[in-house]
Amino acid sequence: MAGKTLYDKLWDDHLVTQRDDGSALIYIDRHLLHEVTSPQAFEGLRLANRKPWRLDANLATPDHNVPTTDRDKGIDGIEDPVSRIQVETLGENCEEFGILEFELMDQRQGIVHVIGPEQGAILPGMTVVCGDSHTSTHGAFGILAHGIGTSEVEHVLATQCLVQKKMKNMLVRINGNPGPGVTAKDLVLAVIGEIGTAGGSGYAIEFGGDAIRGLSMEGRMTVCNMAIEAGARVGMVAVDDTTIDYVKGRPFAPTAAQWEQAVAYWRTLHSDADAVFDKVVDIDATAIKPQVTWGTSPEMVAGVDGLVPDPADESDPIKREGIERALKYMGLTANMPITDIKLDRVFIGSCTNSRIEDLREAAAVVKGRKVAATVKQAMVVPGSGLVKAQAESEGLDKIFVEAGLEWRDPGCSMCLAMNADKLGQGEHCASTSNRNFEGRQGFGGRTHLVSPAMAAAAAVTGHFVDVRELTH
Amino acid sequence: MRAFTQHTGIVAPMDRSNVDTDMIIPKQFLKSIKRTGFGPNLFDELRYLDEGKPDQDASQRPLNPDFVLNQERYRTASVLLARSNFGCGSSREHAPWALDDFGFRVIIAPSFADIFYNNCFKNGLLPIVLAENIVDQLFQEVEAEDGYQLTVDLLAQTVTTPSGAVFSFEVDGFRRHCLLNGLDDIGVTLEDADRIRAYEEQRRQTAPWLFNTLS
Repeated sequence: MAGKTLYDKLWDDHLVTQRDDGSALIYIDRHLLHEVTSPQAFEGLRLANRKPWRLDANLATPDHNVPTTDRDKGIDGIEDPVSRIQVETLGENCEEFGILEFELMDQRQGIVHVIGPEQGAILPGMTVVCGDSHTSTHGAFGILAHGIGTSEVEHVLATQCLVQKKMKNMLVRINGNPGPGVTAKDLVLAVIGEIGTAGGSGYAIEFGGDAIRGLSMEGRMTVCNMAIEAGARVGMVAVDDTTIDYVKGRPFAPTAAQWEQAVAYWRTLHSDADAVFDKVVDIDATAIKPQVTWGTSPEMVAGVDGLVPDPADESDPIKREGIERALKYMGLTANMPITDIKLDRVFIGSCTNSRIEDLREAAAVVKGRKVAATVKQAMVVPGSGLVKAQAESEGLDKIFVEAGLEWRDPGCSMCLAMNADKLGQGEHCASTSNRNFEGRQGFGGRTHLVSPAMAAAAAVTGHFVDVRELTH
Repeated sequence: MRAFTQHTGIVAPMDRSNVDTDMIIPKQFLKSIKRTGFGPNLFDELRYLDEGKPDQDASQRPLNPDFVLNQERYRTASVLLARSNFGCGSSREHAPWALDDFGFRVIIAPSFADIFYNNCFKNGLLPIVLAENIVDQLFQEVEAEDGYQLTVDLLAQTVTTPSGAVFSFEVDGFRRHCLLNGLDDIGVTLEDADRIRAYEEQRRQTAPWLFNTLS
């Protein structure tokens, strides 16, 4: 019998019951909640007179709607009354049902996918779900993690389980070591460019290879975060010393004898050498350059030294139309160099790239430089209050402010424009977030996805530039 | 949940691939704490020429005449014909809520994004996967004939065209069962409450750290 993949192991360890019709009941260890996708679920519980199955499995924080300025005003700082009601509703629901919430003024508040790992509330070998597609982030810890809809939020609250069908296994192996200046974000954008935005549909992706092993946990989270942009609900990385070192000493991490017991189990969380994958994709890390998206889907990506594609070169009529539509929306012309794209705004943040390492990378580029005069706004939004404090203790905030970037309070910010931070119509933004969909960052806004280092380089030059020209 | 057995309705063609859930229902409408009322803002940025805001009177807004759902023949559509990877991106269930609120009951495409596909079944909305060549054929037929309707039968797992052509589709057994009977799947899962407790008990022994209190 062939060995098991990491996904097989996680699945088997959480199987409550297998039903005759092919579906299975899978136990959920950790459920993260935020204000946008939970109110209707709590309402559902109330209407059916149901109680949460296990309070301890849940952790909540507001992030999507929160302002990133004037945090000292607390909830009164949310100017949009509809946003404020949503944040207040999360607070009321958590209080009514008895769920732990890191509220707006709590230093532990932040983007839900940043605070979970930061607190050790996310541990290797868990199943983790949240009403947010970027829950795949947590797979970086050898976890089965994926986004769910609001009905499933209610289902998990009420039963601690989900009805699932097993996915197929895909291994994306990124071989060799990327050159300096090529980051986790560039690796994952290159993967999405290779397999396409639906390439991972129906699969759980395990990321492996030297390039992944060489990444920090922050980098692995960036990679797994964007598995969903390749169509895969689940992205995972096997547990190794990097994983265990990251978890050790976190507030909710096990200690003493429990720690030893946990580590022994976590060490088994990798695919067996003889495991069989339904699909294997090999990618050469040494060939990957800093990436920039030019279109309205994350698969519309090119190396910074590349050109905006020409629809005339595409033979598939549906794809050709897609490229034409994207170029029109983005206000770009075929065959123009990526480095000719000028930026109006720069956003460094989001659940993809707002952790301490991301901020260090960006700060290293802007240090001693100034934001270009043509850039209207460049902002840095740390992923949590604790990331913010850490960055300030390292003096990163001063580097950003001296260079002319705004230093903000934690939240989802301009990634999805549910709060005050958004793009104006027609504005181009170098963004470290995860989606360049039409209107994602604001009505008519034009998003280019890049790494924090590339966003920082764009901020100081006013257009895209190979960050390696500035730093090496 | 509303049951789904059979449905016949006008078909609207949405001729682009990778339609994401931001496109189906933009973020500013996600601030609602209700499940209903999203219909007027379905495909908001494609449907209207101005910037949509919550609590607007949709009847006063300038329509984009080129958008499919603004064309008279498709205004009462209840079957959406779409391209590959429909519903990609955000997990927001507001996307199926908006489609449902507009009046859609069925979505047909060559492929769907996983989370969106799953969310549809929770809301009495049936997503149907048909082969690319069949979807191509349906696009041609819809555009050629005003008032074009399809009949979808979940029990028989068939889609029938006006000319009598019948296409079969696959659907997962559990989802079909819940949809046909309008079952609340939380209730179904709670029938296994003893099994869930037994699992927890065993897990407490082998992995006790998973049950530590968060505080």
